[in-house]
Amino acid sequence: MSVHTRVPIDAASMQVPRGQVYTIPNRCKGCNFCIQFCPKEVLEFSEAINNKGYHFPIVRKGKEEQCIHCRFCDLICPELAIFTRELESAPAQGA
Amino acid sequence: MTPATAPAIDEHPRVISGDHFMLGDHACAEGALAAGLDFYGGYPITPSTEIMEHLAERLPAVGGTFVQMEDEIASVAAIIGASVAGARVMTATSGPGFSLMMENIGLAAIMEVPIVIVDVQRASPSTGLPTSVGQSDLLQVRWGSHGDYSVIVYCPSSPQECFDLTIAAFNAADQYRVPSFVLMDEIVGHMTERVVVPPQEKIQRVYRKRPSVPPGSPEFLPFKADEDLVPPMAHAGEGYKVHMTGLTHDERGYPSLTAQTHEKLINRIVDKVRLNADRIVRYELINTEDAEIVVVALGCTARSARRAVARARMKGIRAGMLRPITMWPFPQTVLKELAGNGVVKRFVVPEINLGQLCREVHRHTALPVTRLNHPGGAMITPDQILEALEA
Amino acid sequence: MSSGAIVVESHPADTLLRAERLPHILCPGCGIGSVVHTYVDAIAASGIPQDKHVCVSGIGCSGRAAGYVNVDSYHTTHGRSIPFALGIATYRPELHVTVISGDGDLTAIGGNHFIHAARRSVALLVLCINNFNYGMTGGQAGPTTPLSAMSRTTPHGCWERPFNLPFLAQAVGASYVARWTVLHVRQLRAALIHAMNKEGFRFIEILSPCPTGFGRPNDIGDGISEMQNYLRRCVVDNGIDLRQTDIDLTQQDSPIYVGDFVDVDRPSFRPQVVQHAH
Repeated sequence: MSVHTRVPIDAASMQVPRGQVYTIPNRCKGCNFCIQFCPKEVLEFSEAINNKGYHFPIVRKGKEEQCIHCRFCDLICPELAIFTRELESAPAQGA
Repeated sequence: MTPATAPAIDEHPRVISGDHFMLGDHACAEGALAAGLDFYGGYPITPSTEIMEHLAERLPAVGGTFVQMEDEIASVAAIIGASVAGARVMTATSGPGFSLMMENIGLAAIMEVPIVIVDVQRASPSTGLPTSVGQSDLLQVRWGSHGDYSVIVYCPSSPQECFDLTIAAFNAADQYRVPSFVLMDEIVGHMTERVVVPPQEKIQRVYRKRPSVPPGSPEFLPFKADEDLVPPMAHAGEGYKVHMTGLTHDERGYPSLTAQTHEKLINRIVDKVRLNADRIVRYELINTEDAEIVVVALGCTARSARRAVARARMKGIRAGMLRPITMWPFPQTVLKELAGNGVVKRFVVPEINLGQLCREVHRHTALPVTRLNHPGGAMITPDQILEALEA
Repeated sequence: MSSGAIVVESHPADTLLRAERLPHILCPGCGIGSVVHTYVDAIAASGIPQDKHVCVSGIGCSGRAAGYVNVDSYHTTHGRSIPFALGIATYRPELHVTVISGDGDLTAIGGNHFIHAARRSVALLVLCINNFNYGMTGGQAGPTTPLSAMSRTTPHGCWERPFNLPFLAQAVGASYVARWTVLHVRQLRAALIHAMNKEGFRFIEILSPCPTGFGRPNDIGDGISEMQNYLRRCVVDNGIDLRQTDIDLTQQDSPIYVGDFVDVDRPSFRPQVVQHAH
């Protein structure tokens, strides 16, 4: 670890939001933007294909708790095929 | 004694009722004001510039919007934009600028946006004779933009008609949601004559139909026409959330790139003028009751023809005149009646181009048609027309 | 407890779109959909009622944007979106008019309108989705195609110098100039919300992948590869001298500068008002 890494003094009390991923698989054209740029690497391509023949995003096994509802996948999706909603009563990080 | 409550004189009335000695171009501008012009976008070009200059002075003073655009393409695009936002709009130009406007005339036609364009014709093609007369845009005004569409075109032959027919053009554009045109020529535009402006309450304004249901009503389809083939028009910012496109579109206004949608849409935008032509067409007949020879002439050439017909009558020639006031739709019914009445033997078509009006006359009659043409720069004189009548 | 992705039928932003028209016509990996999405998201956050937003577009892939947004929207002729929008914005100053179009539409065929609308300070927000080529017609060079880039009309490499659009926009009088890429949707969203609430001529260049027309002939690959290029090369520098914001794709490591470059107060063009002299 770098000696320059600083930790906010209120880090223990900060809450990181928790999100739930929603998808509309048949809108997806498989561009990969959401999967590639998810900061928490929550997403991956499905095995299945949608009605246009594209693989679409699904949540990786073991990453179900990792979405932080940052909305990046939502905003960057050119097809409006994915979005997230904030989950209530998220536990405090580091608690 | 002046009463204490004397009404203030409005120094900037929208309608300058009364008798005037007025330039044709100015009469056109005054007609536009009387018709309710809200937005003018234009670019200076001889011989139409006086219309723009007059409106630069007058329009802001009556609360309207005047914008000098960067070119004629921008001018016509801007007036279409203002019209979809609810304005009564106009631009004025001459041949070179008119050519630049053609693409967006098609846009106004397929989006069904009411606009008025004044074309003061000069001798052409290209820059031609910028300050001299021509009548060579008669076919361009009808067919200039690519594809099939319909327009309504008025051809004034006096400053009084520049006033009257500009009002008619505004009303027709709104009633049928089409581009309409005031097709003047340099002689008429630069002629000063008596113009009678009626009282404001005598001037009839026809406005576009508006939706009868409130915004958000699922039954409102912005391109669903009524029985007259004209759809009601919703304006930007009213909450109807319309989509308008130059692509072939369905009744929702959404692109629908099929032959079936295209057939339905294009037939309708052509038919809404074609099937209403009898209501739109205007013409003037002079001495045609017993005429054996009928002159067909419009604009400034009709003025020479009027004199030639009178002089021919004095010489015992049974001459008459049909003056199309609407070039488009063309007064073909009356022309066919004349051609088939058993009395008319021949038509004479003088025009300041090399044969545009006579093409249309030929289409509607098998009788001989004598052409009398000049490519522009000079009027066709009464003597020349008289000679053709005597031939 | 969150779980795997929940499959649904609609998106929360569907009310801001003509959702019945989705999926749109644009290629996989194209960034135009992301711009449209971010634009409608910004509309919702703009503080301006949806009914007071108007969208005008020209011709080309980006020109199709107007057809998907659920506001009064006008898909006009090639290059003429700006004067059309001027008509609306000048006649109805209470409306917030956004022009969304492409680099070819706005700066080649529509270049004259662009400079004059900025000079006049017309109340328009102009989004130029720059994908470095004419995509709709199959990938021809345009005024933003970088030197040496391959296209269907530059089969030996582009030998014309391209526009530096932020510099151009600043020079002709824009009150707001920004450049972001489709990767920078968060910054773009903030720029849109800010610009929607400003006066004058506001310009945002948005670099967008075009895998079909630009990525493939230039060996960049698919849309995600173009996005990774942006991730690698973009440098945020809000204060940079705009003479230095040319985009050079021949130097693989040269930076692409992005940022909110210009933000000045300039009143919107309004028609002249003449007082009645009673």
